[in-house]
Amino acid sequence: MTAETSKHLFGSGHTACAGCGQAIAARLVVDVTGKNTIIANNTGCLEVFSTKYPESAWGVPWIHSLFENAAAVASGVEAALKYLGTKDKITVISQAGDGGTADIGLQALSGMWERGHDILSVCYDNEAYMNTGIQRSGLTPFDTNTSTTPIGSQSAGNPRPKKPMPEIAVAHGLVYVATASVGYPRDIENKVKKAVSIKGPKYIQIHVPCPLGWRHDPQITYDIGKLAVETGLYPLIEYEYGKLTGVRKLSKIKPVEEYLKFQGRFKHILSSPEQIKQIQAIADSNIERYGLKVESVSAPQDKEAGPL
Amino acid sequence: MKELLEGSQAVAEAVRLCKPGVISAYPITPQTHIVEELAAMVAEGKLRAEFVNVESEHSAASVVLGAVATGVRAFTATSSQGLLLMTEVVFNIAGMRLPVVMTCANRSVSAPLNIWNDHQDAITVRDSGWVQLHAENIQEALDLHIQAYRIGEGPKIMLPVMVNMDGFILTHGLEPVDIPSQEQVDSFLPPYNPLYKLDVENPLTLGPLVDPDYYMEARFAIHDTHKDVLRLIPLIRDEFQKAFGRSSGGLVEEYRVKDAEKVIVAMGSVCGTIKDVVDILRQKGKKVGLLKIITYRPFPSLEIYKALKDVPRVAIVEKAVSLGSYSPLLSEIRSVFCGKKNPPVISGFVIGLGGRDITIDSIKEIFKRLTAKQISEEYIDLKPELLGDEFV
Repeated sequence: MTAETSKHLFGSGHTACAGCGQAIAARLVVDVTGKNTIIANNTGCLEVFSTKYPESAWGVPWIHSLFENAAAVASGVEAALKYLGTKDKITVISQAGDGGTADIGLQALSGMWERGHDILSVCYDNEAYMNTGIQRSGLTPFDTNTSTTPIGSQSAGNPRPKKPMPEIAVAHGLVYVATASVGYPRDIENKVKKAVSIKGPKYIQIHVPCPLGWRHDPQITYDIGKLAVETGLYPLIEYEYGKLTGVRKLSKIKPVEEYLKFQGRFKHILSSPEQIKQIQAIADSNIERYGLKVESVSAPQDKEAGPL
Repeated sequence: MKELLEGSQAVAEAVRLCKPGVISAYPITPQTHIVEELAAMVAEGKLRAEFVNVESEHSAASVVLGAVATGVRAFTATSSQGLLLMTEVVFNIAGMRLPVVMTCANRSVSAPLNIWNDHQDAITVRDSGWVQLHAENIQEALDLHIQAYRIGEGPKIMLPVMVNMDGFILTHGLEPVDIPSQEQVDSFLPPYNPLYKLDVENPLTLGPLVDPDYYMEARFAIHDTHKDVLRLIPLIRDEFQKAFGRSSGGLVEEYRVKDAEKVIVAMGSVCGTIKDVVDILRQKGKKVGLLKIITYRPFPSLEIYKALKDVPRVAIVEKAVSLGSYSPLLSEIRSVFCGKKNPPVISGFVIGLGGRDITIDSIKEIFKRLTAKQISEEYIDLKPELLGDEFV
């Protein structure tokens, strides 16, 4: 089971939905880290759509054990490589969706980070349990309509904001923490490159639109990803050794409706000015906190255009 | 050369001699002394290994899973709640055909919370695919660990092995034990060289999604391999005897069973007490014996049948229960004789739960109660005064 014939280390022919942001991001990540990579993958969409026996999309050694233990399995892989004396030549990745990262897998992940393993953790954040049918996770945004936070006379959707995973990662003393978006593929590549150039535990959380769960047109995955960033709802930030060192600045910040209106999961909000206000407040808070707005015309601008 | 060692120290010495490259564990009484000893060996440079201190047993099992998948021998140890917490990974390790070796310092399960010995923990994972061995004494615990790697890592086996030793009784007890030399162990146990592993030169996908077209065969293959393990274990016992000069391990041990009219079947350290009682009663002319189960998984049905077929009365004495049904070993041994002509009268006794002392008198009492009338769920040394209405 290898993907030797593909020019990518994550080959085509897998069974992801059309327009799956996670499949794009996973390919970008492994193509950057290269063939000397070992991946431990939690259970989830990515594992299911890429490894249905007897086929596999992976051109690197790859292991899946359970839903919540990829970080611990990766720790064992890294310890074994250290014992064998080959760790310096091999990148170890522990990857999961948002549920496998922020909910059921958080304990193992926290342990792996605290122990200081030289491992890159990647969270493919599609903001709900998509593999089991769009149930709410700790990274589901405020007011999202999911199958376990449905809207109704007593419910406006998910009652809680996203768990602050990047901050949780920073608090563990990680050498590198970043958010990224599939709307900015070059940015993902650069961040992965930077992450693996630093020895120690690091975390990259990649926003990956899910046409099925978010109920958007599969053709606009990149645009949806970009809009989340351009509205301030998904700020792209970098921390090195605990210090905020990089922020993707925005020359023109769009109102949150521009992002919400393309997605069925937010349809109920569009007719509710009060809910839009609350979500705009989340974006405004990000804009202020991270200084997302370009202060003067000479400041660096958002140049990377996603393909339309 | 014999040394007086605590059981946990003896096991740590055995593990050191097997040269695992990765050790990972989470503390739980009464397993702690084993991993503390190993941590000290690593700290002092007596053992070259990565010692990974994890945040839970679930992760301890996952770390050794990852290490063995990378082609490196690994070790972990746990007990009771720890085994229950890692149960999901325990099944997964066997399913992925990774020959992890783990010590289970057998302890009761909660609730009520109790840290003392019985076998309820190991019994919960009897269907997981692991080979399960039970040690009677500290020397056997030491020896079984060395054999465990040989059994599990066989290229046609590739299954994890759990060495069970009674918590406190064996982990914290002291015995003079013979520690083999490194040369002896090296010649008995070759380096781990798996057929498949995570290797950047030969990228494999391990742990894929398998649909109904393939799943049953993967599970059947494990079951089928257990039949090979039944054939392998006696060979390894014999080879071990040649290399180390003492008999240890195997599927079952018959103790004065020939011509016996009453035989107790048991596992673990209680077998030592039962042997003493057998000797006492034999001196008085009573024809009694013991059948010790060393290998509980795979279940040695044939050896049990052969040992017991001519014994009129058999007592299954176990430190485990299957709440709401007959206790596990009783059910399985009765099933061995199902449909056979003139089967023994097989009675079941539950004893020593939560570390309740098992005395010579307790065992004598069992032999006494072993009449022609079949008993199925007799609890020995139960205190009726604690079972009044106010306790229910």
